[in-house]
Formats: sequence, structure tokens, C-alpha cells
Amino acid sequence: MAQAIEVSDLDIYYGDFLAVQGVSMAIRPRSVTAFIGPSGCGKSTFLRTLNRMHEVIPGAKVRGTVTIGGQDIYASAVDPVAVRRKIGMVFQRPNPFPTMSIYDNVLAGARLNSRRLSRSEADTIVERSLSGANLWNEVKDRLGKPGMGLSGGQQQRLCIARAIAVSPEVLLMDEPCSALDPISTSAIEDLIHELKKDYTIVIVTHNMQQAARVSDETGFFNLKAAGEPGHLVEFDATEQMFTKPSLPETEAYISGRFG
Amino acid sequence: MSVTRERPPIVEEPGSDPFVASSRRRRAIGDRIFSSTALAAGLTILIALAAVFIFLISQGARGFHADPEVYQPAANNFFSYAAKLLFGTALSSLLAMIIAVPFAIGLALFISHYAPRRIAVPVAYVIDILAAVPSVIYGLWGARTLAPASHGLQTWLNAHLGWIPLFGGQISATGRTMLIAAIVLAIMVLPISTAICREVFQRTPKLLEEAALGLGATRWEMIRYAVFPHARSGMVAGMMLGLGRALGETMAVAMVLSASPQVTFKLLTSDNPATIASNIAANYQAEDVRIQTVLIATGLVLFVFTFLVNFVARAIVARSERRFA
Amino acid sequence: MTAVGTTSNARGDLMFSGRTMPRSAPLIVIVGGLVLAGLLTAVGLGPVASIILGVIAVDIALPVWTAVVVNRRAATDRLVTCLVWTALLCAMAPLVWLLVTTLVSGIPAITVHFLTHDMQTKLNPVTFKMESGGGVLHALIGTLLVTFGAIVISVPLGLMCAIYLVEYGRGKQLPRMVTLLVDVMTGIPSIVAGLFALALFAQFGGIGTRMGVMGSVALSLLMIPTVVRSTEEMIRLVPDDLREAAYALGVSRWRTIVKVVLPTSIGGIVTGVMLAISRVIGETAPLLVAIGSIDVIQTNLFSGRIQTLPVFIMTEYETSTPQGYAFAWGGALLLIAIVMVLNIIARIIGSIFAPKISG
Repeated sequence: MAQAIEVSDLDIYYGDFLAVQGVSMAIRPRSVTAFIGPSGCGKSTFLRTLNRMHEVIPGAKVRGTVTIGGQDIYASAVDPVAVRRKIGMVFQRPNPFPTMSIYDNVLAGARLNSRRLSRSEADTIVERSLSGANLWNEVKDRLGKPGMGLSGGQQQRLCIARAIAVSPEVLLMDEPCSALDPISTSAIEDLIHELKKDYTIVIVTHNMQQAARVSDETGFFNLKAAGEPGHLVEFDATEQMFTKPSLPETEAYISGRFG
Repeated sequence: MSVTRERPPIVEEPGSDPFVASSRRRRAIGDRIFSSTALAAGLTILIALAAVFIFLISQGARGFHADPEVYQPAANNFFSYAAKLLFGTALSSLLAMIIAVPFAIGLALFISHYAPRRIAVPVAYVIDILAAVPSVIYGLWGARTLAPASHGLQTWLNAHLGWIPLFGGQISATGRTMLIAAIVLAIMVLPISTAICREVFQRTPKLLEEAALGLGATRWEMIRYAVFPHARSGMVAGMMLGLGRALGETMAVAMVLSASPQVTFKLLTSDNPATIASNIAANYQAEDVRIQTVLIATGLVLFVFTFLVNFVARAIVARSERRFA
Repeated sequence: MTAVGTTSNARGDLMFSGRTMPRSAPLIVIVGGLVLAGLLTAVGLGPVASIILGVIAVDIALPVWTAVVVNRRAATDRLVTCLVWTALLCAMAPLVWLLVTTLVSGIPAITVHFLTHDMQTKLNPVTFKMESGGGVLHALIGTLLVTFGAIVISVPLGLMCAIYLVEYGRGKQLPRMVTLLVDVMTGIPSIVAGLFALALFAQFGGIGTRMGVMGSVALSLLMIPTVVRSTEEMIRLVPDDLREAAYALGVSRWRTIVKVVLPTSIGGIVTGVMLAISRVIGETAPLLVAIGSIDVIQTNLFSGRIQTLPVFIMTEYETSTPQGYAFAWGGALLLIAIVMVLNIIARIIGSIFAPKISG
């Protein structure tokens, strides 16, 4: 578990529109990497290319390579479905399946892959995942209740449990706290700290304090002007980025002069 | 510290300006006329629907207990006469739905989730054309083209699957059978069922679809996890509305089948159960006033029946809309 | 930006299953299916049966191939994709078949004589024989008259009802009931509408009364719900800002509706009305029941039977003669042409006015 990600010269297109240009970076395994930047700079778009989710939008395509665990995920022999199965994703807003119970929500991914899951195996996965997401103690007495009945923060942790239930290599989080209140946010941040032990975590956030709190390394995305493609400005250890960034553009953003 | 002074009222006496008053009065009259016309239109529609009911009852009441000879040879009283017709109506409509439902769901999925955008829009347009073709033309086509063309298929079904009662019996020489009538009906209800399924499929929240895809679901698994659970009640409503249309459809059945009120499940013979609507269309020219009243009475039965089906469908739609509002 | 050392996979195997279907797989299988269909035809099977068997073969072969190469999940996905495309083919087939049949059988029937005569049997002054008129003119005129009657009844009523629902009825109980009943009216079987007209006029004129206006009444019963729903939708699209701007200028409510709301939404309303017309102009059952059929031109909506195009098709079909079938197809082609033209005009109007409504 927990793989490194290497990206080189990645261009991301929507149809003919170049959305993100020339991104190269190396993401360490068992660490938290945060992407920050003004809205529209392509940080979420970039995140979604790491598990080929951006292909869901018709006309989206990439040029360049993304290597995870030594294998190019855009090689022609690679099935995007297999990529997404190995790389979990947590979205901006909690999205448990509304018709499923908490128990079934956690198992949703696992059930896709193995047709027959014995009751005890299933119970094990559910308990392990929910414990991993710091949710077990809160919901263990109502596993059969619908997932939509939980609070927003609990729902988001349920989604994290659902993502780690299939033992992914990498966990991608797209602004996971943007729809949550401060208490739920801090619960999720604590969880990210714990998950770091087992997973490679990449998180997009619009909240710089959050990036500073949870991440080991930070990438700053920006665009030169509206309509221009977004690009990676600087990528470095978080401490370095927030104390003495090497580029004035980064410093301007971090010290709040724009964006 | 603060000194409050008596201030003059900002507005002086109301209506002191004669211009304002007269213009307001004129405006009020215009408004009143217009709004009561609008209200009258709304009420007219209420009354029209009530009138449909009242006139059908007042004209059809005698049809409920006419002389037994009026119902012969099919039956001896209104109850068994209407029951036999209702059987034909239900049989043809249910068969049509059994044929149409898989295609409606498939087509709706094609437009909402499978087709490239370039194809989805024209296909949706073509489905609209399918809906616009008048029923009499479907009837003509079914009786003159589809029935003879499918004679081979029907013979084959009869020869190889004849042991199933549905396909047994003496096969019709013209091909104009219950099966063909049901197929024509199925083609006719396809557009409305497809349109409603498509709409609910397209309304599936992107968030849920991405949740499934993000877990590594294939497209079909995504549809099963995210789209179908979300669209279930909408799909049921679409099918019910299609059923409502099939129940009330007249010409396709009347032109394809030469039918009489009876109960038979054999789909390939020339002896076919009539539906309420086709029975009316076949006998409306009867000189006998008593037959006319009986026909109106059966029309009332059909009205109530489709009313119930449509009402249930609308209630389901309304409930699902509230749920996702 | 420093490199993080080598990232080679310690376990040595690839994480993502390396087996996928070639991109050209569907094409290969479809070509195979076509070849199979061709062979079956050559062997002596009918063309339709061959094509059906070919499609079934594709639907089986592609998922099985996927199951062998990739896995069961991908095969299921592929199977559903195949079925969805098959559903598309199956739905398009009857439409194309129907349109082609109508064109092929209808075109020979459409002649100048057909379009300019009615069906009355007359003594031919040259040959001194009784001859049927062999024309559709009376049905065309009748259809236009009856439909016009329906428009006169249902458009003002539907329009005012929609205005009532949107402008005067927000949040009240009665409008909610009207909305529900309009929905229910959408589902009235057309023949019941015909029976209603029959029963209504029988009340005054006695059973057996037949008039063109009865058909108009029956058709308006079917048309009103469509007009109300589409108009309602269009009026609702008019932003409240516009209304408030008018009120702020001291314009009264009804003048605001007439001068601001309706002109803004007129394109959509006209589109809705045209679509409603195209729907009822092909209705057969209510006209058959309510006004019956006749062989001669009749222009008075208030006395006696009038022939209409759909009923013409039906009665010619019922003659069960080759000549009758030919006339029926000719009438069908005319009717389809009228419906399509109405549809296209409606859509053109809709697309011309659409931007103004949303803007």
C-alpha cells in the first residue's frame, strides 16, 4: 500500500481548451501533499487526472505521463476503472448513496470487486474502515440506518471509510472540508493525520491554514490571466512554502495579497 | 440630551390628489375584469372535467342495465360485458408495456448516459417524431404492413412455441393478431415512457455518479448504484403514464384487430378480445340507441380506469419531485 | 523541487490489470455480425431474420470476448452497452419502416385530382357512368375547419387559465386543484373526449346529433391541457424583475401581463400551441365518434357531418379494396406531412424566441 506518484509535463484539455499546462511533480508515499491556489487555477482538475476521473467529462483528455507505483496510468493497456479502484477519492460534498445503509455504503466499493463476500469478511471490512475513519464508535449501533441520516461531517467520514474500504494505494481529497463546519473540519484533519501512516494522500484545499496544518508538501497553482491555462508555480515542503517561498508570486498569494 | 421635535406628517391626507384616485379606480376595474376572466378560465376547466363525468353518467346510466339482448352475444349483463372488454383492454396494454418497458429504459439510458452528445440530441428529436405520428397511421401501418410482414414470425412462434398457451391455437391467416396490436401499442407508448425515464435519469446528481465512478465502478455499475436507485419512482411513473396511453388508445387496436368482447389468452389467432375503446369505435354507428348508451357507459368505465392509473402516476411523480426538491 | 528517488514497484507486478480490450473490438465484432447476416441471407434466410440474428450474435460475441480477455465485470458492462445500442436500433427500425412505407405507398396516390376533388359519387357527363370522386379535398377542408374550431375554443381558455395559475394563483388552494385536474386531463383517452362531445350535444339535440363543432369540442378537451402546461411554463420563465419594473412605473397588473409578460413569452407560447395543434390534428377516434364521416365538402361546422383527414384514412381503410387502401395511404402521407410541418414550424419559432425568454 501507499505508492509514490510521478507526474511529468502533464497538459490537461477540455476539448480544445487547455485547462492546465506543463505540470511536473513527484509525490512521496505516506505523506500528505496539498494543492493550493485561487479558484479556477486547475488544482481540482489536476487532482482528478490522478485517478482518471476527469475523463468522465466528455472531451476531456491529457498529454504527458502520470506514473503511480512505477506504472503509467495513461498507458493504452490500462483500464480507467482499474485505476479508480486503486486510487480512492473523496469529494467536495459528502455523497453517500442515499438509498443504502451505513453498512452498505462502506461496502459499496468492496462489493463491486468480489461477488461473494462472506458475512464475517464484510463485518471485518466495515469495522476496520469505519474505525479507520474515526466513525466506528459513533455509528456502530446504527449500521443499518441510511447514511443520509448522519451529520455532514459524519457523512464525509463515511465517504472516507467507503474510499479506504477497498484498500487503495492513494487517497485523493477534493476540498473535503469545504462543506463542513469547523468542528467537523478539525475531525477530518485529525483523520488525515492518522491516515498518513498507511496512505499517500493528496488534498486540494482553498484554505491555506488547512494546507499548512495537514500537509507535508504543498503545491501552488496559479493562472497568469483569465482564459489562460493554469500551471504549477511552486512545489516544496510545506514549511518552506509558508515561511520562505522561493518565488515572489507564491509569497504574494500566501501573504494574502491576492486570491 | 436629545430633543424630539414634533414633525409634520410626511404623507398628507390620502387621496388629496384627484388624479391618483381616478386612475387607481380605473386600474382597479381593468384588473378586476382581467383577473375574473382568468379565474373563469380556470373554473371552466374544472367544470369541463366535471362535465365529462356528468354527461357520461347522464347519457350512459341507462346502459348499465339495458335489455340482455343488447349485450349479446358476448354477455347477458353490463357487468360481464364490461369485464370482458376490460380484459381485452388490460391484456393489450399490459402486453404492450411488457414489450415497451425494456426498450424505453434502454433508449432513455442511451440518451442520458451512453450516447455521445452529437447523437443524443438527434435521437431525442427522433423520439419526439415517433410521438407525433398520428395513431391512425400507426393503425394503418400495423394492419397493412407489419401484420402481413410478421406472418412468418408468427407461424414460427406457433410451430415451435405452440405448447405455451399464449402462442397456441389456430394461427390467423392475415397476421392481424393480438400480438401485432400489442407491438403497435408498444411503439406508440415508447416515446412518453422514454421521455420521462430520460428526464429522471438526467436528473441524477453528478455527485452520486462520481461517488460510484470514484470507487472504480464501470458505467453499468455506476448506473445500478447511482442512477437507478435515484430514478426508481420516476421510472414507475413513466411506465404508468405509458400504460395510461395504451389503455385509452383506440385506432391502432381497432384497425389491426377484428375483435369481439371475449376472454382469451391466445395471441396468434384471428379470434381476439376487443378493448373498450376499439369496441366503441367499431360499434358507434349502431342505429340502436340502447347500444349507444351501453357504449357511453363502457366509455365511463374506461375513463375511471385511466383516471385512476394516471392519478397514481402523477402522485408518484409529485412525491419524487418533493423528495428531490 | 527534488526527485523522490526511484519509484519502481517493490512487488514487481503491475498494479493495474494490464488486460484491456482493443479499441477496435466493437468494430471488429459488428463487421463480423454483418458478415454473418450476409451469409445467412445467402443461405436463404429472409433479410430481416438475418439482421436480427446478426445483431443477437454481436450482443453475445462482444461480452463473451470481453469476459475471456478482461473479466466478468467488464463483460457485464459491455453487455449492457450492447443492449442499450440494440434498444436504439429496435426503436428506430419501426419509425423508419413506417415513414418509408407511408412515402412509398402514399406518393402514387397523391395527384392533382386527389387534392382537388371530394369522394362524392357523381354521374360522369362524358361516359354517363356513376364514378366516385376519388379525392381528399373535403377531408382537408374539414380537418382545417374542425381544428380551427378547436383552436378558437382552447387557446383563449388555456391561455387565460395559465395566466390565472401563474399570476393570480400563487400558493392558493383552487389553482393547485386546477393544476392537478389539468394533469389528469392530459390522460383522458381521446375516445372518451369524443363520447363526451356526443353525450353533451345529445343532451340538447337528441341522440344521433352530428356536427363539426362537436369534433372541435372533443379536440379542445384534448388540447387544453397541453396549451395550459406549456403556457404556464413559459410565463413562469418571465423573471419577476420585469413585472416589478412595470409595477414600479405605475402600470396596472393586467396591463403588465398583457404588455410585458405575454410579449416576453410569446415565442414559447406559440410553440406550445403549435405542438398542441400538431397533436390533435391527427386524432381520429374522437372525430369518428363525434362527427362521423361524409363524402362531400361540408363547410358548416354547425350542421351535419364533416369529413376529416384521419377519419378519411380510417373509412378508406375500411373499404378493404385496393383503391381504398391507396387513398388511405395518400391521406396518411398528407396527414404526416401536415403534422411534421407543424412540428418543424413550432420548433423553428421556439428556437428563434428561446434566447429572449432566458435572457
